[in-house]
Amino acid sequence: MNVPSENSCPMTRTQVLDAYFMEHRARLLDIAAFLDRLDRAAGEPEDDIRETSFRRALEILTDGRTGRAGRILTMLSDQTTELPVSAAGMKGAIGAPVSLTGDPS
Amino acid sequence: MKYIDPHIHMVSRTTDDYQRMAQAGCIAVTEPAFWAGFDRSSVQGFYDYFRQLTEYEPRRAAQFGIQHFTWLCINPKEADDPGFAREVVSLIPEFLDCPGVLGIGEIGLNKNTRNELTILEEQIRLAEEHGQMVLVHTPHLEDKLKGTRIIMDALAASRIDPGRILIDHVEEHTVAEVLDRGFWAGMTLYPDTKVTPQRAVDIIEMYGTERIWMNSAGDWGCSDPLAVPKARLEMRRRGHAVEIIDRVTLNNPLTFLGQSERFSVDVESA
Repeated sequence: MNVPSENSCPMTRTQVLDAYFMEHRARLLDIAAFLDRLDRAAGEPEDDIRETSFRRALEILTDGRTGRAGRILTMLSDQTTELPVSAAGMKGAIGAPVSLTGDPS
Repeated sequence: MKYIDPHIHMVSRTTDDYQRMAQAGCIAVTEPAFWAGFDRSSVQGFYDYFRQLTEYEPRRAAQFGIQHFTWLCINPKEADDPGFAREVVSLIPEFLDCPGVLGIGEIGLNKNTRNELTILEEQIRLAEEHGQMVLVHTPHLEDKLKGTRIIMDALAASRIDPGRILIDHVEEHTVAEVLDRGFWAGMTLYPDTKVTPQRAVDIIEMYGTERIWMNSAGDWGCSDPLAVPKARLEMRRRGHAVEIIDRVTLNNPLTFLGQSERFSVDVESA
């Protein structure tokens, strides 16, 4: 079984911060502003799976465990097993499953 | 610096892109048949597309010193009508002996339907009967994990050696299963969906350099035909050895694609 290697980045933690902190600081603020924009937008909060799954992804970011990207992608995946006959009438992919199941991890 | 972009849809790109890719060190591309952004209205439309891929596009690439190879199929998005899809598939054998044809691709699933799966299985059989290699498209976004597993099961039911199959568009949640089952894995570098150059390099650091490559899958949507050289720069920025960088952007594509007798690239003189 392929297991992700630890300590496989050739950079030190300081070098990673030197190289990427400003870029990801900007992305962090983009996320904060996106959530603020949702707060300011007209209309009542809806049970939209995109917003629900986004907030669940934020929980994964801060749970202190590694493998965050893979766990978020899995959480955002369709977990059903049945196959519809045809795609006729189906929407294109939206980036989140129709419903969320189980633990956020 | 020389590299291969093993998955790019040059029919959707301008001649300027060929020039910039050549300047960045691209020596060869492979172009799988794909969805044009709209559903074609006739089987003849696919015939013309296959001629474009096998006759016209190699000549356009050659003007910039780039070798062009291709893969043929009906893509999964247009495979949801089995009757129509079978007519398209019936055209493919006449093109399989064209000089730059490497195999069947990019076949796979789009919305993970039974119709799509039926045509996928029939195209796997076509590859099997004609001794062809296979390039696989995995579904987008929330459909990827489920679709990738269904596709791998369908491929495992065939007699095609997994080492002659590349499963493309892997991400952090699918790469391990693809490699574990003996397939090659492709990472597509997109600005918003699939993986960024940074995440692709993360995946290489975590899962190694064996049986894996990266591509731009540049097409008519949000994509970057220079994504592979940008990923090379990302690897250099992190301090990876040139030998490792060349392995995933040049030598691994040469190894996988070189299994086809119709693939030949002279790296030294390119």
